[in-house]
Amino acid sequence: MSGNSTYQPKTGLTRWLDSRLPILRLAHDTMTTFPTPRNLNVWYTFGAILTFFLAVQIVTGIVLAMHFLPSAVLTNGGTSSVAFDSVESIMRDVNYGWLLRYMHANGASMFFLAVYIHMFRGLYYGSSKAPREILWILGVLIYVVMVATAFFGYVLPWGQMSFWAATVITNLFSALDQVVPHMGGAHAPGIGTMIAQWLWGGFAVGDATLNRFFSLHYLLPFVIAGLVGLHIWALHVPGNNNPLGIDVQGPQDTVPFHPYYTVKDGFYLCLFVIIYAFLVFFHPDFVGNPDNYTPANPLVTPPHIVPEWYLLPFYAMLRSIPQKLFGVLVLFGALATLLFVPWLDTSRVRSMRFRPMMKQFFWVFVADCILLGYLGSQEPQAVWHLGGIDVPLLWPARIGTLYYFVFFFVVMPFLPLIETPLERPKSIAEAVLGTAQPQAAE
Amino acid sequence: MATTTTDEPTRRDFIYIATGTVAALGAGLAAWPFIDQMNPSSAVLALSSIEIDVSAIQEGQQAVFTWRSKPVFVRRRTQKEIAEAEAVALSDLPDKLARNLNLPEDAPATDKNRIEKPQWLVLIGICTHLGCIPLNNQGDFGGYLCPCHGSQYDTAGRIRRGPAPENLAVPPYAFIGPAKIKIG
Ligand code: HEM
Ligand code: FES
Repeated sequence: MSGNSTYQPKTGLTRWLDSRLPILRLAHDTMTTFPTPRNLNVWYTFGAILTFFLAVQIVTGIVLAMHFLPSAVLTNGGTSSVAFDSVESIMRDVNYGWLLRYMHANGASMFFLAVYIHMFRGLYYGSSKAPREILWILGVLIYVVMVATAFFGYVLPWGQMSFWAATVITNLFSALDQVVPHMGGAHAPGIGTMIAQWLWGGFAVGDATLNRFFSLHYLLPFVIAGLVGLHIWALHVPGNNNPLGIDVQGPQDTVPFHPYYTVKDGFYLCLFVIIYAFLVFFHPDFVGNPDNYTPANPLVTPPHIVPEWYLLPFYAMLRSIPQKLFGVLVLFGALATLLFVPWLDTSRVRSMRFRPMMKQFFWVFVADCILLGYLGSQEPQAVWHLGGIDVPLLWPARIGTLYYFVFFFVVMPFLPLIETPLERPKSIAEAVLGTAQPQAAE
Repeated sequence: MATTTTDEPTRRDFIYIATGTVAALGAGLAAWPFIDQMNPSSAVLALSSIEIDVSAIQEGQQAVFTWRSKPVFVRRRTQKEIAEAEAVALSDLPDKLARNLNLPEDAPATDKNRIEKPQWLVLIGICTHLGCIPLNNQGDFGGYLCPCHGSQYDTAGRIRRGPAPENLAVPPYAFIGPAKIKIG
């Protein structure tokens, strides 16, 4: 999409097409000859894996939508609903419906697993730094829209977890009542409640909510696809970063994308899909919550409500704060912080391979996210018994939340002041081949 | 194209500003129906009041009714629960307002201001944190415990501990018989 094109149309037809719509040229330049650093490792295959899973979600989703009915109208003497029944009918009656639904539900989990690996990868190798800031920001936007899409999707089966997740998440907006407590006279609702009612289309989560969430769940994946296009465009201007974090200096540092990385991406994609298939066929409900097989009941909150695993760390942060508005601000702040990473990290060295101190803070950060995820899955009143002392889980959650922000706002900007980076190799070719001499790619 | 600079506004300037203004205004006006369609529809707003019979509720028990698709708790309190609720000092309450839609907004959160008749506690059963339904007779204050993030309410439905900012709301209601209540 940038730089010099090496495409040579060979037949009359492709020449004719090329002078009208150079789409084959675009494909050739971005996926065939595109010069790619020769040292990309396994962590660089997740971009391709993510693209694959977006396609899986769209294809399985469109098929599911042919059988799904977004209606909360009660059935079976008030114990179930049209939406819940239609998902059950997908599971039992529709040919291969069970497979399609499990592919979609587990596909969402694999999608998030891949995106988290992809994001940690970017942090570790300093991929957000100049000249890739826009690339990183587009990535954060994709992630945020993914979270919204998965949230809307999780509501659709209209089970107990669907309903109560929808209730808790939409009520996050009611925290704004503490900013503007009244829209109108005495006892009039605050601005937050107004927003929540606008989202619900009623006074609580209900039929109107389910319908609009389905509409948005169908729309947002295509918004993601558009953002992915921009993301790849922004990637192809500066080109890939790489595990050494040093710039490509010439052809000796790169190999053409095809066949080197098409095959490498394909290889790891196959491995990843094997794990996916294992989940779908052998443990299809491993990541799901059994409570979601109970039809939604607006009058009973399940004793322990939790979001899907990929949102647990944020949930732990929300719960660790005893004040409503502040808790909600921390939750959204944790997401928004990611947008500023390109400027928060002030080190000139991109890759943490050459940053002995930052590397350690990084792994503590990874552990912190996993710890927060675990804490988010526990009951709010839970207590750890550590050698006779009772520690309410609230405390590790608070420390974990604090470290999340300390990592971004203290470690990232200020550690470079005291850290001495290791010496970096002169070039990619030198590090990989032991010589900086140009070598013909076989 | 030759460009002329004049200090006077030209017809071109006029067309430029007029087109921009009309387009921006039009876009703004056209956006409103698309936003407002998401608000509760007239059919939803039309659901107004319900009348309920609470005579079957025994002392120490609670029944749940649905009003405007929200759960309404009707709890028949024991003498002990009433005494506990009355004994709480206002200074111990995180939210000092009664949150009673039948009273002025600044009424203090005394037990008296939370009820019509001491035995009957009528509440909107939605946790003021993030909307879960609190569990009856649980928590350290004898009232309610919210299973979601652990907010605790006392026997007058007032928030005592946890992330919820406000007391459970008291809906607009009135007794229309010894054991008959009209809500809404
Ligand atoms: C970014 C891509 C997507 C993600 C992350 C995603 C995620 C989800 C999740 C987590 C569920 C709940 C699964 C369950 O517990 O049953 C779901 C359900 C559903 N999704 Fe998607 N989805 C995506 C794309 C799509 C698309 C493009 C469609 C097309 C219309 C679609 C249609 C549906 C339908 C009909 C359901 C309800 C049936 C069911 O619960 O299995 N999804 N989605
Ligand atoms: S919703 Fe009740 S404590 Fe959060």
